[in-house]
Amino acid sequence: MKTYDIVIVGGGPAGLAAAVAAKEAGNDSILILERDHELGGILNQCIHNGFGLHTFKEELTGPEYAYRFIKQVLDLGIEYKLNTMVMDIAPDKTVTAMNREDGMFQIPAKAVILAMGCRERPRGALNIPGYRPAGIFSAGTAQRLVNIEGYMPGREVVILGSGDIGLIMARRMTFEGAKVKVVAELMPYSGGLKRNIVQCLDDYGIPLKLSHTVVDIEGKDHVTAVTIAEVGPDRKPIPGTEERYTCDTLLLSCGLIPENELSRSAGVTMNPVTSGPVVNESLETNIPGVFACGNVLHVHDLVDYVSEEAKRAGQNAVKYIADGCKEAEGANVIELCATDGARYTVPSTINKDRMDDLLTVRFRVGDVYKNSFVSVYFDDERVMHNEKRILAPGEMEQIILQKKKLDEYPNLKKITVKIEKE
Amino acid sequence: MLYDVIVIGAGVTGSAVARELSRYETNVCVLEKCEDVCEGTSKANSAIVHAGFDAAEGSLMAKLNVRGNEMMGDLAKDLDIPFKRNGAMVVCIHKEALDGLKDLYNRGIANGVKELKILNRDEALEMEPNLSENVEGALWAPTSGIICPFELNIAMAENANMNGVDFRFNTEVEDIKKGEDGNWHLRTNNGEYVARYVVNAAGVYADTIHNMVSADKIHITPRRGDYCLLDKTVGGHVKHTIFPQPTNLGKGVLVSPTIHGNLIVGPTAVDIENKEGNNTTAAGIDDLIAKAGDHVRNLPIRNVITSFAGLRAHESHHEFIIKEVEDAPHFIDCAGIESPGLTSSPAIGEMVGGMMKDMMGLKEKANWISTRKGVKKTEGLSVEERNALIKENPAYGTIICRCESITEGEILDAIHRPLGARSLDGVKRRTRAGMGRCQAGFCSPRTMEILHRELGIPYEKITKSGGKSNIVLERTKGEVSGS
Repeated sequence: MKTYDIVIVGGGPAGLAAAVAAKEAGNDSILILERDHELGGILNQCIHNGFGLHTFKEELTGPEYAYRFIKQVLDLGIEYKLNTMVMDIAPDKTVTAMNREDGMFQIPAKAVILAMGCRERPRGALNIPGYRPAGIFSAGTAQRLVNIEGYMPGREVVILGSGDIGLIMARRMTFEGAKVKVVAELMPYSGGLKRNIVQCLDDYGIPLKLSHTVVDIEGKDHVTAVTIAEVGPDRKPIPGTEERYTCDTLLLSCGLIPENELSRSAGVTMNPVTSGPVVNESLETNIPGVFACGNVLHVHDLVDYVSEEAKRAGQNAVKYIADGCKEAEGANVIELCATDGARYTVPSTINKDRMDDLLTVRFRVGDVYKNSFVSVYFDDERVMHNEKRILAPGEMEQIILQKKKLDEYPNLKKITVKIEKE
Repeated sequence: MLYDVIVIGAGVTGSAVARELSRYETNVCVLEKCEDVCEGTSKANSAIVHAGFDAAEGSLMAKLNVRGNEMMGDLAKDLDIPFKRNGAMVVCIHKEALDGLKDLYNRGIANGVKELKILNRDEALEMEPNLSENVEGALWAPTSGIICPFELNIAMAENANMNGVDFRFNTEVEDIKKGEDGNWHLRTNNGEYVARYVVNAAGVYADTIHNMVSADKIHITPRRGDYCLLDKTVGGHVKHTIFPQPTNLGKGVLVSPTIHGNLIVGPTAVDIENKEGNNTTAAGIDDLIAKAGDHVRNLPIRNVITSFAGLRAHESHHEFIIKEVEDAPHFIDCAGIESPGLTSSPAIGEMVGGMMKDMMGLKEKANWISTRKGVKKTEGLSVEERNALIKENPAYGTIICRCESITEGEILDAIHRPLGARSLDGVKRRTRAGMGRCQAGFCSPRTMEILHRELGIPYEKITKSGGKSNIVLERTKGEVSGS
């Protein structure tokens, strides 16, 4: 088996953008490993538009957006293997993968870019009581069945969870002639983008019931009805609020989980809040030369930000190799903290010597905040105070740090991101 | 066609009986109302091979439990199924209940359970550091084991089928009458079946079937138990099967590793009337979580990947009923087969096989095949072994189930074997594809594609588990004609 400098695990939006950036940064020894039978990842089943407004200043469908990157990968002659499953990543960056043509093979890589994406939280993990019949799908599985395989799961639909895929599927199923009866959301706010609530639910008169959950699933062979109930502040169902909906399909859009099984077995340190790797300013994990980007790092709201992040991962992997594969120096490391409503930051640390002139720090909030401020503290001094009309958990937020500003604080140890009322 | 024996039910009991009968020169048919073996009580239980200290001294249950446990090692080898004697601990958390532990020990000794030992607090904690702080002592039963109930059931049925036993699925017995020819006439949704002998191994329906032929009515209560299955990342939270001290409702909520490396927590015990009522309830799951924490500390319950409920076929005397029905000669009951039914199943098969051999004067076959090879598994194979396999059959190079690393080769093997898989659950129980943390989110469309291609089942007719459990309803409106 040929050896490569950079092995990219996953050929979805993150892996593609990382590959293109790495190639453009001057490395010619790149291999993308993709488990599906085509490049593009989940974008291939996202046939709705709305992708690429930031990156390309136009509204593309998922496959169109993916193809912009696939075309670059093809034009640049970047190598890739399809139908190939990565089975293991060793701490020394040996990647073990398998497909039907090559069998099982190992590549000792100089740098590895983790771009495996995420998976949906299944019914089992939600402990929804009731029967376990056919007709219960995660929204993404239903999306694949409808958009790729060309089959309708059912005609009368209840959706639990207001994640973006669930909202998109509410509209998609409606287009295909199904009746979407209700979307129930456990939390008092939606997990999806505001624009998707307007364009996928409101425009079609589909009710969104916040603070509601599924308390029973009926049907021995196939779903026949679902009962939802209101939940109290403790998120426990309130007796007497039950409403029963006859239906043949229950879609679940209750959160995405970064797929980090390979990262964990490689020894990558995880952030319990994001379920993704802890990374530094270079998007490098605790294992030097192992980088992470896209939804495997933290779940994004827009693919544009995935591409942007992945580009940096690709460039940094090339830089790591060009610099002789050395471990980052420990000096001048500034810790990034999220408190008071900010749930996490990516990255978690900044090595000032390695940071670019501008560094984007992304985070999410844990609740809905109206007319609040995103504040940034350099140790105890507030240095940023940006007013926001609304902050919501479904939308990713960002701040941009300037290297020259950090240089004004030579003894800076800690940068804190907070949400403040005033 | 006239059969010598019809076995009603293809659960562990029916399959074990069928396998034992397949040793003899006799024609046997198993009638199963579902589309596959292992669809009732056998598919949803604790998956434990119990040591045998629970059942009442001198009971048939005690005898068959201990015998089944003894047989399991060789049987697992013969049938190529995973089985491990991981040992069980019955944990006492109240000083005043320590005598109960001693009683259990004495009962175990009387039942013939080997190697039992009472452990003090320190010994128990040393063996199992995640036991509750409150542990006062424990009964240690090293012969207790863990097994895959699906594989045990499937393997026994496959082996019976290899030895000539017919299986008729989707065939529900609606009525049984003694004909003028002296044979049993079984009316089913798929026509009439006739047999000289009938074995009733109908699980929670064993009373319905029994009551069709006997004036001496029995009643089986479905006793529902909720379970949670936890991710493999926490499968090592305990090494042994941890039981509380038993109560009159059963062995209580256990915490145990499974043979495949998950952690199982359950069951609750709620008597119900609906024989199809295997729905989980919020109260049941809450109860389970509360109770499991009594004996095991820091139970990582948030790592749950699925919850399910099973129904035990509880008979009010809490005893196995395995005998020829007095007012229905040539009709043999295997009723009230609740826990330890899975453990006892090989011994029940042996007992019923022996009874029928004597009753019917059966002769052993010269060419009985005692072994069976399971689905060839790729997990744990070295790079060289995998590559040899892939070279021979490239399908072993394609992963279908990401979570459990199951290849297309394994799924093809599960489909193209005796009594092969016909549904997503059939594939799942034979290969584990879809049994991992994403719960078939990614692999179900791929598995559907394989079932469609290999068996020619139209997509709309592919089911989760037979019956009306179709996965998809119809083509989307956008179908291009001729595609």
